[in-house]
Amino acid sequence: MDNLLSIVTFIPALAAAILAIFLRGEDAAAQRNAKWLAMIATSVTFLVSLFILAQFDPADTGFQFVEERDWLMGMTYKMGVDGISVLFVLLTTFMMPLVIAASWNVNSRVKEYMIAFLVLETLMLGVFMALDLVLFYLFFEAGLIPMFLIIGIWGGKNRIYASFKFFLYTFLGSVLMLVAMVAMYADAGTTDIPTLMRHSFGSETFSVLGIQVVGGLQTLLFLAFFASFAVKMPMWPVHTWLPDAHVQAPTAGSVVLAAILLKMGGYGFLRFSLPMFPVGADVLTPLVLWMSVIAIVYTSLVALVQEDMKKLIAYSSVAHMGYVTMGIFAANQQGIDGAIFQMISHGFISGALFLCVGVIYDRMHTREIDAYGGLVNRMPAYALIFMFFTMANVGLPGTSGFVGEFLTLMGIFQVNTWVAAVAASGVILSAAYALWLYRRVVLGDLIKESLKTISDMTRREKAIFAPLIFMTLWLGVYPAAVTDIIGPSVEALIQNYDMALADGASATQVAAAE
Amino acid sequence: MIQADLNIILPEIVLSVFAMSALVGTVYTAKDRAAGLLTWVTAGVLALVALWIGLTGEGVNVAFGGMFHDDAFARFAKVTILLSAAVVLVMSQDYMARRGMLRFEYPVLVTLSAVGMMMMVSAGDLIALYMGLELQSLALYVVASLRRDSMKSTEAGLKYFILGALSSGLLLYGASLIYGFAGTTLFSGIIGAAGDGQAPLGLLFGLVFMIAGLAFKVSAVPFHMWTPDVYEGSPTPVTAFFATAPKVAAMALFARVMHDAFGGVSNDWGQIVSLLAVLSMFLGAIAAIGQTNIKRLMAFSSIAHMGYAMIGLAAGTALGVEAMLIYMAIYVTMNIGTFAFIMSMEKDGKPVTDISALNMYAKREPGRALAMLVLMFSLAGVPPMLGFFAKLGVWRAALDADMVWLVVASAVASAIGAFYYLRIVYYMYFGEEGETLETGRAPVLWVCLMGSAAVMVLGIINLFGIEGAAAAAAATLVN
Repeated sequence: MDNLLSIVTFIPALAAAILAIFLRGEDAAAQRNAKWLAMIATSVTFLVSLFILAQFDPADTGFQFVEERDWLMGMTYKMGVDGISVLFVLLTTFMMPLVIAASWNVNSRVKEYMIAFLVLETLMLGVFMALDLVLFYLFFEAGLIPMFLIIGIWGGKNRIYASFKFFLYTFLGSVLMLVAMVAMYADAGTTDIPTLMRHSFGSETFSVLGIQVVGGLQTLLFLAFFASFAVKMPMWPVHTWLPDAHVQAPTAGSVVLAAILLKMGGYGFLRFSLPMFPVGADVLTPLVLWMSVIAIVYTSLVALVQEDMKKLIAYSSVAHMGYVTMGIFAANQQGIDGAIFQMISHGFISGALFLCVGVIYDRMHTREIDAYGGLVNRMPAYALIFMFFTMANVGLPGTSGFVGEFLTLMGIFQVNTWVAAVAASGVILSAAYALWLYRRVVLGDLIKESLKTISDMTRREKAIFAPLIFMTLWLGVYPAAVTDIIGPSVEALIQNYDMALADGASATQVAAAE
Repeated sequence: MIQADLNIILPEIVLSVFAMSALVGTVYTAKDRAAGLLTWVTAGVLALVALWIGLTGEGVNVAFGGMFHDDAFARFAKVTILLSAAVVLVMSQDYMARRGMLRFEYPVLVTLSAVGMMMMVSAGDLIALYMGLELQSLALYVVASLRRDSMKSTEAGLKYFILGALSSGLLLYGASLIYGFAGTTLFSGIIGAAGDGQAPLGLLFGLVFMIAGLAFKVSAVPFHMWTPDVYEGSPTPVTAFFATAPKVAAMALFARVMHDAFGGVSNDWGQIVSLLAVLSMFLGAIAAIGQTNIKRLMAFSSIAHMGYAMIGLAAGTALGVEAMLIYMAIYVTMNIGTFAFIMSMEKDGKPVTDISALNMYAKREPGRALAMLVLMFSLAGVPPMLGFFAKLGVWRAALDADMVWLVVASAVASAIGAFYYLRIVYYMYFGEEGETLETGRAPVLWVCLMGSAAVMVLGIINLFGIEGAAAAAAATLVN
């Protein structure tokens, strides 16, 4: 099984091709077949991906399961995973069957819907496995197409605006990254990611149009990559596409967006920005840290005043991603461990929260907070599950949300106390908006006439939440399950980063002495 | 000697003789009744000649004392030109026959213009260049006004003719200046006179006029004004032809003149070409946003694409020429598929070109809509479609030549340009419920559309091997 990664990546695409070519008709039977085929394909992908985890050796900090083939224009088709990426692969394969299950009620253009999600899964997996710059870009960027269609076809009322905004925002960010990638190719003569990680890009200060660029080429490359990853993450102030996209996307689309697509930004920082442009990253760290802190506080405040449930959760996602960027750019073991942990745990929690919204949206067809109230009277199971994930979102100890926030705050405290202090206030704000949302939707008396007949969760819906609850609790009480796997790779990353900075610093001193 | 010379231009001779005998033959016999058959036969002949050139040609052969070059570069361009002309003929046959505008002159004129294009890409001399260019252009002017009873079509033809004559004038003026200062019309002589890095002022003047004339032919901004009107006014199959083969020929000629005759002063023309490229990309991207007619939209799209292809030229290196050739090959393939789709757009038997008529097309024709979606994303340069690799290639060449600003500008332009391609996808997939188009039952168009979309997806595996051919072609041009 030396091409395990390719197998995992392309099972969903294969299923999509089968659907596209062989499934005909729009009747109930065809719809059921499409759903089951998608369900089977994603489940098989998950099961096969477990082999990756089983054979993965955490102690090895290099890339594992590497496969390499020649490709065009001097590039290679190269896949591989290390401690940083392997859990994202599993997060993706784990979430996709749940996403398909959550889409069981879709009844318009089911075939295309399933094809879009299956293709999307292939592309997302490819992003986390690609070890060639252009291959990475190809997967990274191609993911926009199915997501654009998912928002645009199956979205809400304002879907067209949201889908265009989503596409153009992220596209502009990524083409700048592509330019930087081509520049890296011109500089290093290869697109191989492991080689590029060892290559040191120029960091001598030079001036462009009279502006002194500290950190030279590295800073420019870092900024170009930052343009893409910051939009994807999303970081304040380029986060505005996210609430629109989330609100308009169908439930399953929101789940994928929150649970996996957002993680590509953070993964990109860890795979490219820190190891390849350490000097550039160091120069811009204060900027990134303050942007993260502003994101945490500002978007939490914005979340407080939202009237739409999905929008509120979307803003809370932006705030939580603020912890991630903060942890990454703290550039120490706790910070980066925490950032990765936070991304994984946010995948489960925010995914579950969007599913929670989906449950009542399916029944009432509105996401207005005002349209609800007192659901606990008729939906006790729902109230319990929603409460669990609200608490996890707030970061209650015992849930995975706590570990991520705690570790990132601990990491940043060692680097910059002020940033840590401001960011800690975000913990309180997140409790405020999340609990208030819960209070308004679930608690109180059931007075709305329209809610008098609402029914509790079905068995299918409960089954979707069960694995998410399990993962959230398990990682909450036993975080070592994650940190053991990512630990060695993160350690190696930090070592290289510090070494590169030390080299850069001594080089600067030598230059100054001369 | 003459025997050897004639051998080298045998493909051109064969095609010319074929065109003339077909013309005479049909005039005295069946006239328009044989037009359908003649179109198929012509397409077959063009494809055969393409195969012949592609499979048997080798080495560098020079005929008529350097006026005519048959090298890998010319062969690459010729094969692309002939194949795209053949496919366009096949696509037009059914469309034109059903609308009663299929005349036997059409395939003959297309063949003659193809001969002109072959002359252009092989030219080694200013006079040979001009002859090829005029043969191509005159045939195209006539084809543009093929629908004699349509105001728009005749207007398109006339406009094309007048502006084309103007550009030929500019080009000739430039050529005469070059002759005056270099003392020869042969490219091999001009490159000696132009020297290394430093050319006499008069020669540079001539160069600028030449570039203006050539830029008109590739429809680069600011010499693009004719394109939208001619694209819109001409019958759709003719538009498809304009958007493919002549563009390849003009770009190839552009590259040949620049490298063969002015290779020593690439810094001088590199600046001009990069300016043209930037202007074309931005105008193409921005002006297309407001278009409602899909043919006009494709006109602006082709202007933008010429801009990207010119980036490769502006780089002034072998890598740049290679990237440009690959770009043109991919561009032509995408356009053939897109125009196959446009030709199949109809309502109540009448052709439709309004974009909003595509409303909810995906529901009615999921297969075709998917193919069109692939083509649109490919034109926008979104991976994993082949259009992305075309852009990647020219960017790589430009960065290799340290033209960072050009690459950044084109990246921004491509993000702007993505919008209007998305708009077509938007109409097909997200539009409101209601009337949508019918599509004619033309199997040929279906095959072209699906084939082109399949190429865009499958091509990423190895580009169908054209990378090696393009590299060889570029190596013979730039040395």
